[in-house]
Amino acid sequence: ESADPQQTAFALRKAWTLYSVTPLHRFRRSRLSDYARLLSAFIAAEKQKGLAVEVGVELDIKVALSSLAELRGSELDQAALLVQLSSRSRASSKNSEDKLVWSGWFCSMFGDELSENVPENFTCLPLFLTHGAESYTSLVGSWFQKTFDCCFRRLAISPLNLSWMVAMWAGYKLERAASAVELVFSMPCLSQPLDISYAIHPEDAKALWDTVQKTPGEITQGEVDVFMDCLYAHFHRHFKIHLSAAKLVKVSTGIASAHCDGIVKILHSQYLPGVLMLLTELAISQIQ
Amino acid sequence: MCGAVAAGFERRDGWRQREVPCGLSWESEKMPRRQSSRPPKQHIHSKSQTDLSAWRKGGNIDSEKSLQNQSVNDQKYDSQEGSLEQALSYLEKVQGRVALKKNSVLQKHLNAVESTALTQGLPPEGFEILLNVALSGRFADTVNTCLLKCLIPASVIPENSVVKAVSWLCVSKCSANIQLLFLKWLITVFDFIDHKEQLRALYGFFFFFLQDEKMCPYVCHLLYLLTRKENVKAFRIRALLDLQAKMGIQSHLQALLSLYKLYCPEQVTITLPGKMKTYFKNPEGPWKAAITAVRQRNQGTSPLSQRMLLGTSQPQSRKRKWNAQLVIPASSTNTNNLVEDREKNSVCLYSTNQSFPVEQLKTFPQLLQNIHRLEFPSQMGSVLANPLLLHYMNCVKDESIYLRLYYWMGQMLQEECTWCVVDNSSEEEFKSFLETVYKSECFLQEGFSACEEFLYKTLPLWDGLCCRSEVLSLLSWISFSSFSDIKSYIYDPLAQLFFTSSIYFKCSVIESLKELLQNWLNCNEFQMDLEFSPLNTTLSGQVNTVAELVHFVGRISTVALRLEKNSTFLLYFILDFYGTVCDMYLKYNLPLLIMPPAGVFYPALLSMDPVNLNQLCYIMYRYRTNLIAAKENELSKKKVLQFKFSNRTYKEYNQYIIAMVGCLWTSSAFQKDIHPQGLCMDDKLLSKTAVKELKTSFNIVYHPAMMGYSIEFLQQICPDDTTFNFKLIKGKRWDWYLEYLYTQGLKGLKVFIESSISRVSQATCSKAENVEA
Repeated sequence: ESADPQQTAFALRKAWTLYSVTPLHRFRRSRLSDYARLLSAFIAAEKQKGLAVEVGVELDIKVALSSLAELRGSELDQAALLVQLSSRSRASSKNSEDKLVWSGWFCSMFGDELSENVPENFTCLPLFLTHGAESYTSLVGSWFQKTFDCCFRRLAISPLNLSWMVAMWAGYKLERAASAVELVFSMPCLSQPLDISYAIHPEDAKALWDTVQKTPGEITQGEVDVFMDCLYAHFHRHFKIHLSAAKLVKVSTGIASAHCDGIVKILHSQYLPGVLMLLTELAISQIQ
Repeated sequence: MCGAVAAGFERRDGWRQREVPCGLSWESEKMPRRQSSRPPKQHIHSKSQTDLSAWRKGGNIDSEKSLQNQSVNDQKYDSQEGSLEQALSYLEKVQGRVALKKNSVLQKHLNAVESTALTQGLPPEGFEILLNVALSGRFADTVNTCLLKCLIPASVIPENSVVKAVSWLCVSKCSANIQLLFLKWLITVFDFIDHKEQLRALYGFFFFFLQDEKMCPYVCHLLYLLTRKENVKAFRIRALLDLQAKMGIQSHLQALLSLYKLYCPEQVTITLPGKMKTYFKNPEGPWKAAITAVRQRNQGTSPLSQRMLLGTSQPQSRKRKWNAQLVIPASSTNTNNLVEDREKNSVCLYSTNQSFPVEQLKTFPQLLQNIHRLEFPSQMGSVLANPLLLHYMNCVKDESIYLRLYYWMGQMLQEECTWCVVDNSSEEEFKSFLETVYKSECFLQEGFSACEEFLYKTLPLWDGLCCRSEVLSLLSWISFSSFSDIKSYIYDPLAQLFFTSSIYFKCSVIESLKELLQNWLNCNEFQMDLEFSPLNTTLSGQVNTVAELVHFVGRISTVALRLEKNSTFLLYFILDFYGTVCDMYLKYNLPLLIMPPAGVFYPALLSMDPVNLNQLCYIMYRYRTNLIAAKENELSKKKVLQFKFSNRTYKEYNQYIIAMVGCLWTSSAFQKDIHPQGLCMDDKLLSKTAVKELKTSFNIVYHPAMMGYSIEFLQQICPDDTTFNFKLIKGKRWDWYLEYLYTQGLKGLKVFIESSISRVSQATCSKAENVEA
């Protein structure tokens, strides 16, 4: 199930901002180079809106679109699509490396629920992850919206889903010495923002999860609730604070970390598909 | 025009004189060759003055908010614009060749123009004057150059001024340098010109200037911007190839040729290098930086000019989020398709079968003429703002159209819903969006599924206040097919809000549900011919759905009338709903008739208000007509019908009729009513009320709703009698009274009495008389 580490290396250890995307209309995989050309022209035009654009000139921002054939789950999933913007500095010579300024990728990991229901001329890549300046996200997003008649929405992660993530990820085995499992809570209704960080040794977390989970490979809401309740009870015993009354805003484990604003960082390539599958599911539920 | 250009090319030497060919009738109107006979200056002057002040007013729009700053702003504007205004009027009036040297007045005015241009940009009205001056050769080139450099638009550049300027170019009053500078300017500000149709009409004239070696690169760039498919002509291709043969391979010529080839690959047969590094250099000029600076300065204060800059007629959303698209996208051709078509490299796509760009679709006849080669815009959402495209949508049955709209609308509604998304304050925007959606639904006569899902999702969270009328209108377009969800998702949350909200909300809900019922009935053809489809499950499903809605309205109406103390106003809306229900069999072919519940019927029957009583009479008359028709149908068919009105309906109808006749005609309401929730009362109980003449207290004379009429009638027949002896209304007078009532507009009462009350014989002795006796 794990994807080719070479192809997926770019995705690791970066904070990705999440969006859901409705199916792309009339997207042709064979025309990626044309799309790249059009998108770079669009970016150039938007940057100097209203003024004459040099035609055919090499533009400041180079756009590259590529397929990541490995990054997909089921047969119905489309291969992921990587968009990279790099800037070339005019001063330096031609052979100098272009500097990557922004990247984003569309993907679908076991998104069958969506893709099996759409007609042929739609391409389902419901999850969009970006890394880089928001201004570029907006340019790339607008171009995709205009060209393929799709809609982007920020994908926030609810506290409920965050607790699922932490329970799931706490249970995964990691060979290397993993970092702590950390949960960040924000206390509501305070004049000053107050965050509580709750760090647990990964082995303790795993041990707890193993006692909670009944059937391996299967997780129920009840189990997640029990897991969280145990953590809350433990915390209350020591600090007399009911964390269940606070809002879970961030979880991080050795596998990945996720913030409720819809920002994830994936640390371990082995579990990339698993994390993406969960995020694809969230994206689809936001679309439908 | 094309003919003229062709001719011009043949007489290639002739055009060197820079005189426009004179053999054309239209050109004399457009060419200011006779610029000496300009319109009276005074006229122009006053025009520019008013326009300027209008512009100033526009510029001040934003400062309306900050009234306290107004005076300061005004002063600032006055000092700057006053001098700009003066400068413009000076420059406009000035005659003959004027030297700059030692002319401090001219210098002052030039400074004024320059400072305004560089700080605020010039108003649209300024361009005509300045271009006129700069290109007419009245001043020395230094002045002309200075003026051209000042042409920084604050918002847009009127096309007219550019067209005039081009005509000056044609008569060669200015030096070659100025001509070049003008062309560079035109290329730089091309996107600021408000319209380009007339400019495009001058395509041939620009094409002439290709012959000028110096101008050629810039003219090529301009043509590149102007060229449309219809401009590509064989003679132009030939001319370009000739030029190339003469001048050698030039990147600008190649650019234009490659554009021609793109449009008409079958006509341009030469091979062009696949990739050019640069076709056109950015025209150097002082404008670009200045425009950016002016725009940045203006942007902070005036979103209005920003909008004009971008050339979008749609107001920009106040939102900064790029993916918040509450603004319906402008319809534009799908460029994706264009490129795709090009790739196919098929000739037909660009010549015979070219698609019609949606941007150009403006009128209905256009739609009819081009319907076979029209394509939907790149963003389906834009159809909502374009009735012509909605028409087109009605004609095209393509699943992907609806799917695109579904996704777009669904995301938008969820993202912008003011009562679901916390940090969303733009209720007005959302309101108008919902309204647009509703209007489109009415236009298409069908609901959008995205909208329906949105209602399912958000109605349980709705407070009943936010965008009230818009949400309730959208309710009326919930599609018929989804009956399984409608109870838990719509009826239940709606009932909760209904019972706890004001009477006006209740009325609006009832009205929306009436619209919903009507839409369902209109959109479905109920097949009743059951001899051919013995067990039509869909029909039974449909009937059940409608029945569920009618019963739901019956239940909430009963409760609402209690809560609102039988409010006349509310009753009006409820009876309006039943006005549709009572005719479902005959009007919509639906084998279903449901009587109003007693909780609605009796408040209406005993209503204090003749309008509602009259409406009740009309409704009962329609029920009767429908039931009789159903009965006849039933008897005439030999086979057993799947759908038969249950005896309960007939029974209920009869009970109501007895109550009504007793109440309006026979004065026996309390004795004969046999409905379990009816008025029947024990004589002993009645006597305890101590009301005199119990017997007569309910009929068309004594009914509280009719009392006003009977008094009026009495006053007319016996004007002297002030005792209001209602007993006088009997016999012949009873008939007169009826006639009188009918003339008062009680048409419902009329049809009811004429159909449901059999009068023994009007001539001999009327039933009424018998009763009265």
